[in-house]
Amino acid sequence: MAAYIIRRLFSVIPITLGVLLLVFLIYRVIGGDPAVRLAGKNATPQKIEQIRKQFGYDKPKFFNWQEAAKTGRPMAVFDAQFWQIVRQFAQLDFGRSLQSNQRISRMIADGVVPSLCITTPIFVIELFVAVALALLCAFYRNSWIDRTFVVISIIGMSISSLVYIMLGQYFFAFELGWFPVWGFESVHYVLLPVAIGIIYSLGGSLRFYRTIMLDEMYQDYVRTAFAKGASQRQVLFKHVLKNAAIPILTNVVVAIPFLYTGSLMLESFFGIPGLGRMTVDAIYTGDEPVLFAMVFIGSVIFVIANLITDLCYTWADPRIRLQ
Amino acid sequence: MTDTAANSAALAAKPQTLWSTAWRQFRRNRLAVICLGIVAVYLGIFLYAESVYWIAKARDVVPAYKVTDFAARNAPPSAAHWVGTDFAGRDNLAQLIQGVRIAFEISLLTSAILIPLGFLLGALAGYFGRWVDTFIIWFYSVVDSVPSILSIISISYVVGRGMKGIVFGMGLVAWVGLCRLIRGEYLKHKQRAYVAAARALGASHFTVMFRHIAPNVLHIIIIVFTLAFPRFILTEVILSYLGVGIVGEPSWGVMINDAKQRLWLGVWWELGGATAAMFFLVLALNIVGDALRDALDPKLKTAGGPRT
Repeated sequence: MAAYIIRRLFSVIPITLGVLLLVFLIYRVIGGDPAVRLAGKNATPQKIEQIRKQFGYDKPKFFNWQEAAKTGRPMAVFDAQFWQIVRQFAQLDFGRSLQSNQRISRMIADGVVPSLCITTPIFVIELFVAVALALLCAFYRNSWIDRTFVVISIIGMSISSLVYIMLGQYFFAFELGWFPVWGFESVHYVLLPVAIGIIYSLGGSLRFYRTIMLDEMYQDYVRTAFAKGASQRQVLFKHVLKNAAIPILTNVVVAIPFLYTGSLMLESFFGIPGLGRMTVDAIYTGDEPVLFAMVFIGSVIFVIANLITDLCYTWADPRIRLQ
Repeated sequence: MTDTAANSAALAAKPQTLWSTAWRQFRRNRLAVICLGIVAVYLGIFLYAESVYWIAKARDVVPAYKVTDFAARNAPPSAAHWVGTDFAGRDNLAQLIQGVRIAFEISLLTSAILIPLGFLLGALAGYFGRWVDTFIIWFYSVVDSVPSILSIISISYVVGRGMKGIVFGMGLVAWVGLCRLIRGEYLKHKQRAYVAAARALGASHFTVMFRHIAPNVLHIIIIVFTLAFPRFILTEVILSYLGVGIVGEPSWGVMINDAKQRLWLGVWWELGGATAAMFFLVLALNIVGDALRDALDPKLKTAGGPRT
């Protein structure tokens, strides 16, 4: 068990470095010269050159062989853009925003709470409602109740989440005036975005959990349980739910980074000053250091969440410990 | 009785392939057949819209869907404009039809990146195993660790607004699911007797991978393609909202986003039209994709789309 945990902990390192490399490749290599992007459309060559100097884009990307040969110090090889970022990020220094010149770590710390206010209720309520409805579908499988839910969830999945947000905001906040349209001041401001968030993600989850549960329903152990005289309810709650826990857990973990990034669209539509809106604003204004940091931190959170799930598996499924 | 007898005779005469049994299974699902018809109609509209676009381009004239008419701005649906007009008096129906073209173009081009990439890496990892497998697993774990909406935004942002950005963004991110499935299949198939036989007869690794095993995993590509198609369409709308979408052409995402402010003035037809046009295609593709999966490979586990 301990060996498994330690092995699993070490596997996080290559993935995290890989993520940093990937994000670096996206922002500094794939998209061409970042200085040209930052300078904008009507930039003079001098301006571009100045930006290049200012942000260190004039250095080599990965290995500074020239510098090492010139100074004779082998460590100077690492005086390059990528290792610069590795050093910075290891010290939790994500640089400054180009727009506000604020520290990005500070901005993220400020944005976490509003984001969590929106995403945690969505996450928790949606999980419970979806699992409960999936159990209901499994209980009444192949009946009209089951079919109705399947049809509703497929229809729900086929409409853009943006449409839910636009119509929800228009009807319930603007036309009916039940909720505030924009802002983040009290609980009242959170209710509508949370409700919309639950509704538009419910369809996909319900269908996914239903499939998992129905898969389990046709397993041998279920037949055995029925044969020994267990009731539908006992089989569902004692046997199926426990066995379905692992795929459900996997699906839940995939959604954890979403707690952190917040809902990009919900936040910017309802004016909630969280990380989602920060990201959207950064795209609009071309604030690359903010985007870089957001993408990287989001991924690290995902990696950590994955690690925790794997450890949870060993608790949920004793067979894994033996591997 | 005679019907079943005739059926079984026909079955005995024709060798049963995966495809023929799958097609019979698929046909039994009446809803899926109707949805396949809907997809076919959309495909027809796509070809029509494509011809409108290219003919206008060849003749060097402004295509009909871009003709503005400031006298008829934001006109409600009427006999002349079935879905009304937009803020510049352009006919919404013509724009929706062009939206079909863009949705298909995005999905097809994205698949043209996703399928070769996912298939090739999955095949290499599954077939060769060892360090190739370790490396490719590391690679897709890394890509998968970045929340997909964030990586799609990042790539689209650096590539630049427009079709290219969207296609590269989604294509370079979405291959992971396919790669995993293909890898699993290759792991399974390389143990089979027919692979050993082909190798014993002197077939090269290349021949075994692409001539012998590939046809046996083709159905997975088809399922993944059908199920990914609607997700690309939905993601395009989000990307448009986030400011990395299509420019200068009326995609559904652009139309929905343009409708945002005007909805508050009571202009509902633009949003309604774009949502409906998208809804029927996405719904039909979802149902066809599910039916295909049930018919071809019921055990296949396909993952969900990006969360936003």
